[in-house]
Formats: sequence, C-alpha cells, structure tokens
Amino acid sequence: MLYNETLHLLKKEFTLEWKQKYAFSGILLYIASTIFVCYLSFKKVIDVDTWNALFWIILLFGSINAVAKSFLQETEGKLLYYYTVASAEAIILSKTIYNILLLILLGLLSFGMYSLVLQDIVANYTLFLTTLILGCSGLASTFTLISGIASKANNSSVLMAILGFPLILPLLLMIIRLSKRSILNLQLDQNIDDILILALLNLITVVLSYILFPYLWRD
Amino acid sequence: MRKHWWKALSILLIIYVLFAGFIFEVPALPILHETIRNLYFHVTMWFSMMILMTASVVYSIKYLSTFERKKDIYACEAANIGMLFGTLGIVTGMVWANFTWGDWWVNDPKLNGAAATLLVYSAYFILRGSVDDEDKRARISAVYNVFAYTLLIVFLVVLPRMTDSLHPGSGGNPGFSTYDIDSNMRLVFYPAVIGWTLLGIWIMQLKTRLKILKEKLYK
Repeated sequence: MLYNETLHLLKKEFTLEWKQKYAFSGILLYIASTIFVCYLSFKKVIDVDTWNALFWIILLFGSINAVAKSFLQETEGKLLYYYTVASAEAIILSKTIYNILLLILLGLLSFGMYSLVLQDIVANYTLFLTTLILGCSGLASTFTLISGIASKANNSSVLMAILGFPLILPLLLMIIRLSKRSILNLQLDQNIDDILILALLNLITVVLSYILFPYLWRD
Repeated sequence: MRKHWWKALSILLIIYVLFAGFIFEVPALPILHETIRNLYFHVTMWFSMMILMTASVVYSIKYLSTFERKKDIYACEAANIGMLFGTLGIVTGMVWANFTWGDWWVNDPKLNGAAATLLVYSAYFILRGSVDDEDKRARISAVYNVFAYTLLIVFLVVLPRMTDSLHPGSGGNPGFSTYDIDSNMRLVFYPAVIGWTLLGIWIMQLKTRLKILKEKLYK
C-alpha cells in the first residue's frame, strides 16, 4: 500500500520535473554562475582545504535552493488534494527519495563543472564519489523535512537556511573530512568507519522524517 | 512544604556553592591556578543546559502525543532557560579561555558544539515567532525540537572524533577525574549541578505560569 503510493507520487514528481525543466536548469545555472564567480575571484585554487570547503559550500547553497521548492512551491489547494489521496508517510518518502536522486545528479554535475574550471585535484575517485553520493542524500533528506517545516511558517525562505544550516553541520563536517581524504589519496577501506557514520546519519534523518512528518501534515 | 522543598534546596545549594566555590581549598595546578574555581560555574552551566534541553524535548514529545497546550509552553520555556544557561556557559567559558588558553575563542570541538547548540535553539525561537496560529506553532516547533535535538546529540558525539580538544579528558589532557584526586571538588561540583538545574526548573515553572495566566487574561 505504502509502497504503491510512494511509487505513484515519485512518478508524479518526475513527470512534474520533466514538465518544468526550467526549475532544474535554474538550479544548474545557479551553481554554474557561483562556480564561475569563484573561479574569477580565486583564479586558481591550489590549497586543498580551500578547494574542498569551497566545493561543498557551493553545493550546500545549491542544494538548499533545489530542495526548498519541494514544499515551498506547492500551493495550498494542491497540498489539500494530496492530503485527501495519499498518506503522509508516502508523501515524505516520495519527496525524500526524489530529492536524493535530484541532488546526487546535481552533485555529480557540479563536480564536473567545478573540476573543469578550478582543476580536478581528487586522487581517489571511489572514495570521493561514495562521499558525494552519501553526502548529497544526507543533504537532501535533511532539507526535505526542513522544507516541510519552513513551508508551514511565514518568511519561509529565510527560515529554511537558519533552520537547516546548524542541523547540517555534523553531516557537512563528515563530508568535508572524507572528501579531503579522497584528495590525499586515502583508500575507501581505510575510511570505512566514517563512511558508516555518514550512512547512519542518513538513516537517522530519514527515519526521523518518516516519524515526524505526519505531525506536520495534519492541519 | 512537601511541594516546595526543592526550591529551598536549590537556594541552599546555590548559597553553599557560592561560598564553597570561592573559599574551599582547590588543587594548585599550573596555568589554571585559582581559575579552576570556574569549574563550579562554567561546567555546571552546560550540565544544567543539557538537562533543560532534554526536558524541553521530552515535553515536545509529550505534546505530540497528547496535544495539550500546556506541554508546549513547558517545552518552550525549558528551551528558553536552557538558552540562558547556554549563554552564561559560553560567557564564563570565554573568560576562562582568555585566562588559560590566551584567547577569547579557540577552535575547539566543545566550543563549536556549544555554538551550534545556541544556533539551533535560536532558530527554534525564530520558528516559533514566525507562525501565528497557536496550535500550528506548537506542533511545528515540537517537530523541529525533536529533529534538532537528535541531530545535535549526533553532532556532539561525532564532533570530538574530528579534532583534539583543549578541554580535559581528550587529546592527551588529563580528565576531570584525574586532577581532583582528593575528590574535594566533586563535593562542590555535583551540588552545583543540582542547584543550578533546580533553579532553572523553578524559573521555568514561574515563566510557564505567567504565560498561561497572560493567555487566560487576553482571551
């Protein structure tokens, strides 16, 4: 039942995204312009820490904007309609899964653009890509619930950032640490502990959203 | 008397701590010297803050299961007083850091954890402020409280893994239990934790009552 509902809603998200291609292109352009601004300001980033932190901060801002629309852009009437046809659990699951996929794609594309203009200094791609995928899904799942919370309040776009950023800190610190290690050419199996912590963080966020979202939902 | 004994206990404990904290003998240690007395005021603030924040989360969970307005007011006020203790903790910590480490702010996991905690709870109050409807506000802030508290605990656990701390008990520094060999300090420290926490609960209770009365008056 839940599985079917989630699948249907997920399909709806993809169709909607396909119909409004400008939304995703907008975020891509947002990231591309930010990267270009950074490129022109820095010219060349040699320092490992700076390269690393800059990439993740760009992705952090890109992802908060990409995920913000998942609830903020829904109109009152549409939300009411979902409420009548689907369960809250299915809605949050479908939104989370959809945002995870969206952000992984966004992360890969941003990495492509970033390494194109600001040099590619990653040495171990297995570790870097694992971090990127787990990191993006963590960003997506945290921001999805935050977007749900922020959409219920006034001045939601500011709220999204101030509610989300302090909560994303543990995740961001883990990601930055792991991706620095991938630049320094450490192997995946040397960092299995940290990868597990990252995966666990993802799991905690998804489980919490699943439990908490129904309370947000009923109005 | 049976209902109010803990308020008297709180006052007595605080008077005892103020007296004993400044008069009793403390281990003479290099660098720390007499500033070690700050242990009774600085560290105990964090203990009380965490206890109050935990109380706040418990009230939030209770609110989500019963939807009683009173629980929400308790959750809010507990977080409020927790913030007060947190701010006092950071101020006393900064003064202490300036004397022992030579700077008002150092890059230390415990300090960053404290700063993140204050950010999260400030966001909690901003969120409360930006929802007009009372029941909606209570529900949304309870959801955020539970989500944020869980991630905060993860942060406080994950963070010390990242870097060594200047604080006792990590990075080769002797822990709390190693330097107070005569256990004299414990005789003041634990009463101080209990005293400050009880005082916090007392303030919380008074503020909650005031708020409920005000609500009755203006309705």
